[in-house]
Amino acid sequence: MAQSARGEPIITVEQLTMAFGSFVVQKDLNFTVKRGDIFVIMGGSGCGKSTLLRHLIGLQTPAAGKVYYGRESLWDAKPADRLSILRRTGVLYQSGALFTSMTLAENVSLPLQTYTTLPPGQIREIVSTKLALVGLAGYEDFFPSAISGGMMKRAGLARAMALDPEILYFDEPSAGLDPITSKRLDDLILQLRDDLGATIVMVTHELPSIFAIADNSVFLDNVKRTATAVGDPKEMVRTTNDEMVREFLTREGTLNEVALPAAATSSAASASSPSSSAGAS
Amino acid sequence: MLSLLRRLALPNSCSEVTSALVDDNSPAPEIAAGVQYAHPDAATLLLALGGAWTVRGKLPAVSDAIREIDAAPAVRRVTFDTRALGAWDTALLTFLLGVIRHAKGKQLTIDRDGLPQGMSGLIDLATAVPPVEGAAEKRSRRSLVTIFGEAAIDFAAGTGRLMAFIGEAAMSFGRLLTGRPARFRHSDLWLFIEQAGVDALPIVSLLSLLQGLTMAFLGAAQLQMFGAQIYVANLIGMSMAAEVGAVMTAIIMAGRTGAAYAAQIGTMQVNQEIDALRTMGLEPMDFLVLPRMLALILMMPLLYLYANLLGMFGGGVIAVLVLGITPEQFVNQLFAAVPLSVFVTGLCKSAVFGLLVALSGCMQGVNCGRSAAAVGDATTSAVVMAIVAIIVGDGIFGVLAPPFPVGQ
Repeated sequence: MAQSARGEPIITVEQLTMAFGSFVVQKDLNFTVKRGDIFVIMGGSGCGKSTLLRHLIGLQTPAAGKVYYGRESLWDAKPADRLSILRRTGVLYQSGALFTSMTLAENVSLPLQTYTTLPPGQIREIVSTKLALVGLAGYEDFFPSAISGGMMKRAGLARAMALDPEILYFDEPSAGLDPITSKRLDDLILQLRDDLGATIVMVTHELPSIFAIADNSVFLDNVKRTATAVGDPKEMVRTTNDEMVREFLTREGTLNEVALPAAATSSAASASSPSSSAGAS
Repeated sequence: MLSLLRRLALPNSCSEVTSALVDDNSPAPEIAAGVQYAHPDAATLLLALGGAWTVRGKLPAVSDAIREIDAAPAVRRVTFDTRALGAWDTALLTFLLGVIRHAKGKQLTIDRDGLPQGMSGLIDLATAVPPVEGAAEKRSRRSLVTIFGEAAIDFAAGTGRLMAFIGEAAMSFGRLLTGRPARFRHSDLWLFIEQAGVDALPIVSLLSLLQGLTMAFLGAAQLQMFGAQIYVANLIGMSMAAEVGAVMTAIIMAGRTGAAYAAQIGTMQVNQEIDALRTMGLEPMDFLVLPRMLALILMMPLLYLYANLLGMFGGGVIAVLVLGITPEQFVNQLFAAVPLSVFVTGLCKSAVFGLLVALSGCMQGVNCGRSAAAVGDATTSAVVMAIVAIIVGDGIFGVLAPPFPVGQ
């Protein structure tokens, strides 16, 4: 990955207000996702994390404010342009959202068949590569109903990566996974970022994941209904003055200073300590 | 598009081209992916990769590279040159995996030094987990004997499931009748009664009225030839009460309510809701099937009566308006023509049809697979099965309890 490309803003959210009718979920959100970041949207249950994701991936129209991809405003673009912006993204839904009547290979090849001109043989080879990347080599002809929840999530990831998008969205990637599988998924996300140069935006409240892989984050407060903290969560936990943010990031203080990550870069070492103390409490 | 650049080999000016957010509608003016084969020495094959290797462009086939490897038996080592390589993504990875897999099979050394940064990690990742053994289901051609055999086995299994379901439903019914607690929510029963009763009235009204009008109109033409117009009341009365009323409402309900039952229970199966009921100690047969069966068994006879009323009214309208029969004459003739016993048989028949529709719908729902397509299949099967059962059941009723003496 060319270093010069990293760090330029790829998604910019300006004064975003999200509402269902007159019920405001979150207001005045401002943050920037930089190319090559692993950006985490965090916050307590019901604070609007997934709703924010739906605004970013074009499923829900903002009540006010803008979402920019590069310099293009997603919601001001014509529908056709919006589609072409969104084609640069891939989404892993919470439970995979695989098409249950298609095999894994058919699931992954659908976007390739739709948006590329590759012959069927090469599509099949690329599909096999994607499945191998998520550790599902040989599962091409399985139906989603025949595999486990973790495998469905990985297959969903393979489908999200089908067109090698610049930006990958993850909705609660490690929810419902065991600690080992969830750690491996974190490693996979890191590798996708490092080796393929993808930008990752994920919704999660898994503290081990947040401390292990996030470079940047936004914290949505479900009482104040706005973002109360933006930045690297490893810094945030030390510097924040907001009670809610600190409680969230320290599990109401049960993660002590020792267990918290020591430095911003030692992601591998920090991954294990919060998880072990989280498991113990 | 995940454009990547090889940092080592490419000058910075180039990296800026691909790093900018490239609009997908105008593909970057990059050279198409290509590969050139060279032999720096007799034992080495050099693959020079150039151009943009992304899934959105055209890609060289792996089979060419494999052919190139096979063409030179002296080659012991495969190396790569990626100085001319532009953007790349998993398309390149796929190509390399194909080459590496083949080269490994031939015991060749693979020199990854020339590959772009990050690629080595991806190759390791993709080959870290070996393909699961025996997982790839073979889609071989099946012989005619196999096809028939499998169909026979499926049929036997299906019959077994049907019998088991009927048995369980009967036991559930028995629990209800013997006063042992058959557990379902009474509010559910009322909901199903409403859905299968009041909510079905508009469609039943429309269709029975039309049916009565049509039959009377078509019959009138025939009866007029004999000057026997008054018998239009017999025609409408008997056909509605003995046959059309019951069968038509049953078929409407099969399409309306039976299909809904299959879809509801099938979706619950997909969502593991049925498993949840079981683990709560609630028998799905009692909780889901029984109230639906009861609702249809209770409502179908009422719908039958209602359909008769509307159908006969439709016939009366034609009789009065087209044939010039007075309403009194029509009603008197109707009462004389249709004995009460026909209604009794009709009511029994409707109740049985209700049972058949509910059983088909619920059975297909309970035996539904765990996918969206399976729910669709279950719904289709429920309607088809219910209609077949209705027609067959109607035949049996016709033989066992004919509305008028048959033969001499």
